[in-house]
Amino acid sequence: MVEGAGSDRLRGLLEFCQWLAETPGSVALHESIYAYPVVESVHVLTLCVFLGLAVMIDLRLMGVMFRGTRLTELSRAFGPWLLGGFVVMVVTGALLFYAIPVKTYLNVFFRIKVVLLVLAGLNALTFHLTIDRRRVEWEMDLVPPRRARMAGALSLVFWAGIVVAGRMIAYNWFDKPI
Amino acid sequence: MLEFFTWCENTPVGEAIRASLWLFPVIESVHLLALGVIGGAVLVMNLRLLGWALAGKPVASIWAETWPWLRGSWVVMIASGLPLFLSEAVKCYYSEAFWWKMSMLAVATLFTLTMVRRFALKSVESRWVALLSLTLWFGVGAAGRWIGFS
Repeated sequence: MVEGAGSDRLRGLLEFCQWLAETPGSVALHESIYAYPVVESVHVLTLCVFLGLAVMIDLRLMGVMFRGTRLTELSRAFGPWLLGGFVVMVVTGALLFYAIPVKTYLNVFFRIKVVLLVLAGLNALTFHLTIDRRRVEWEMDLVPPRRARMAGALSLVFWAGIVVAGRMIAYNWFDKPI
Repeated sequence: MLEFFTWCENTPVGEAIRASLWLFPVIESVHLLALGVIGGAVLVMNLRLLGWALAGKPVASIWAETWPWLRGSWVVMIASGLPLFLSEAVKCYYSEAFWWKMSMLAVATLFTLTMVRRFALKSVESRWVALLSLTLWFGVGAAGRWIGFS
């Protein structure tokens, strides 16, 4: 263990999770018979909306699917659905964390998932700030430029990792002890 | 019928998955990844059939784009779902959600191969075909998730 400011901050996060676990809402959700499974089901099934559409757009970026359709057309058609799906994913995901904060915080798969989420976000941000700025130049191409194909492929890899890590949170094989 | 499910559970594949700590979640992860793809393909196709998305493209061209992915992910769903089933066949036998899922899967698949396909290839939008198709596929997913809770 590294001592000092860093570990103090981690201790603070753990204490925050312990405090969160004792709030009435967290206890109620944790002990609920139907609310928790319903929230979890919504979280999983929204995969079809958010991940499903993201995969289609990533495949377009890779020049594999929808070759004859401009990226702008695809994002106009599916942007609202993607955004809606993302909001549902975040809200239900936050509720799932809220129901079981300490165990989840200490779960190694949850930590991997958070790292992958940040990487997926950075990948999307990089794409929008670089090659996507010149979209008009290449969006009629059957196969987009290498940087765009790369962004699509990385996105698929990160999101696949997020799904797998998310599924594994249910297991405590490698949990950190408190 | 129960005898058949018991036999399924005692197959070497079923036993191997039960004996392993990580085989079940790993196969289930594959099942979930394919869920994302099949969900996306179904959603894109039916949103077009509803006339809610990509209205500038003929329905037939959206069918041509999405169908290979729907078919491919359907095969992965079955291929990963089967070993999951074998590992807990008797539990499935007693699970109402399992029977709902299998019935809806059969209907949703047939409906897609017949009605959705027919309207799509004729490039005709149809609100009720799209909504029924979406409802059926959503039912398969929801009932599937519920097997885990039963």
